[in-house]
Amino acid sequence: MSEASSVGAEAAPGLTDLTAVQLRKLLDAREVSATEITSAHLDRIHRLDGILHCYIEVMIDVALQQAAVADRRIAAGNAAPLTGVPVALKDILCTNDAPTTAASNILRGYRSPYDATVVERLRNEGAIFLGKTNTDEFAMGSSTENSAYFTTRNPWDIDRVPGGSSGGSAAAVGAGEATLALGSDTGGSIRQPAGFCGVVGLKPTYGRVSRYGLIAFASSLDQIGPFARTVEDAAILLGAIAGHDPFDSTSVHEPVPDFLASFTGDLRGIKIGVAREYSVEGMEPGVQLAVDTAVQRLVDLGAQLVTVSLPHTEYALATYYITAPAEASANLARFDGVKYGLRVEGETLRETYERTRGEGFGSEVKRRIMLGTYALSSGYYDAFYVKAQKVRTLIKRDFEEVFAQVDAIVAPTSPTVAFPIGARTDDPYQMYLADVFTIPANMAGIPAIAIPCGMVGGLPVSLQIIGKPFDEATILRVADAYERSEPWVGMRPTL
Amino acid sequence: MALTSGDIRHVAELARLGLSPEERERLREQLTSIFEHIAVLDRLDTSAISPTAQVNSLTNVLRDDKIRESLPRELVLGNTPAQTDGFFDVQAVLASNTPEEPR
Repeated sequence: MSEASSVGAEAAPGLTDLTAVQLRKLLDAREVSATEITSAHLDRIHRLDGILHCYIEVMIDVALQQAAVADRRIAAGNAAPLTGVPVALKDILCTNDAPTTAASNILRGYRSPYDATVVERLRNEGAIFLGKTNTDEFAMGSSTENSAYFTTRNPWDIDRVPGGSSGGSAAAVGAGEATLALGSDTGGSIRQPAGFCGVVGLKPTYGRVSRYGLIAFASSLDQIGPFARTVEDAAILLGAIAGHDPFDSTSVHEPVPDFLASFTGDLRGIKIGVAREYSVEGMEPGVQLAVDTAVQRLVDLGAQLVTVSLPHTEYALATYYITAPAEASANLARFDGVKYGLRVEGETLRETYERTRGEGFGSEVKRRIMLGTYALSSGYYDAFYVKAQKVRTLIKRDFEEVFAQVDAIVAPTSPTVAFPIGARTDDPYQMYLADVFTIPANMAGIPAIAIPCGMVGGLPVSLQIIGKPFDEATILRVADAYERSEPWVGMRPTL
Repeated sequence: MALTSGDIRHVAELARLGLSPEERERLREQLTSIFEHIAVLDRLDTSAISPTAQVNSLTNVLRDDKIRESLPRELVLGNTPAQTDGFFDVQAVLASNTPEEPR
């Protein structure tokens, strides 16, 4: 990182450098209070966020009040695994005590009357909500440059994007502006920014986590998941939010295991697939090298490598760019200027709809509504939407066949490291290519985790580990074993 | 497959999306380019493949038909830009069905 893009000198390691597990130990030993932890994070946000812009809304009063409650709970001996731990929430998750905007002008100032289920669960755990983080508008994008408010900066180089759409959550965890964060992943929106910011990000199995209170983008793909600086922390946060919810009929009655129980530190008996299709034109050599080195390390840890083939990988991006916009065009029909949000009145109701939506949505959201409406429109429905759904079957079958032979698949998270701000905004398809390796897991509904696996030119590289449905335990085990064997987990940006 | 300005106008009307002439032209170019990339799917013969709309095995999830507390009306109306007597204010629906002025 150049001198010019460095934010300032760093003090000695403090509360904002620790993991949730470390903070919990200090809290239980009464060596630090939740109020001190919260204040340290609010101070750091105050110092850094004018430059990094991770947060749309910092929930100072809520956080301090939650901290006071957490301190009383700890004193009473009732602490849960996340009591007193600071968490950032992507601003697409509804909160009843802070605005929820989806980073869109159409929802500026919107106050949800209820909490998302994941928010409610963390509230009940006694977690501390530091604020609502920036995202591409309605989670549509790969850089946070589509936020209607501002672009978040990558903590490793403030001239580069943090990735997206959950860029604010990823950058906040990477920069020590939060210990943990939640994001949502429709085509890579947790894993790709986690990779760009050098943190851990996990997309759970479709149905593992309730989406009640998540502003919907593409309902057959969206999943909420954790960001953390260690695999162990990510596993704890996943455990806290996972499980069936009667308010989300797509959430599944599947037992949530103790993910940490699988953390053995070695990979003997694990078969890992390496797919030859996970290499594309434009792949950065440094990224390929770091990923190849990481795969070799998995072998050193006892894993057996199997070369596998996922022949329909090259069709996943095109399939996604029909499916996701089609679903989005239907989900976003609710923004009509009647029930909430912006209203730009016209002569007729129809004109009010058109003017409200024309002024309220940003250009990427309009592009996707147009793409999706076109793909669903009479005369094109079979050629585009149905075709994409059929190819989705093929993509899903590829994974089913490979998972009959292996326990997990490894791949790069992204073909490149974080790119400069503005580098891809003029060419939508170039931007879409940033998600080429993350989209297949969404299409198949399977879990995948992104973990740091090296540095190229001062920027983090990320390894993706993809698992069987509802087998987050195995990919977490592989990720944890790898993390313990390499120094990347300790690397932090100079801020 | 090149989209025409008529295609764009038609789709924008379906989506109830107001667009400026500049936006329409830019979208025409960008969507044409995106659909060129998407055409890669034509290489696959999917005539014998059934579609996957979603990956869960869940079907027809029902809940118990029990009455439970709803959100308070004031809270639900709290975000609306316009309300009258505890209802959402909506312009006359039928008036919007009159034929469109040519634009």
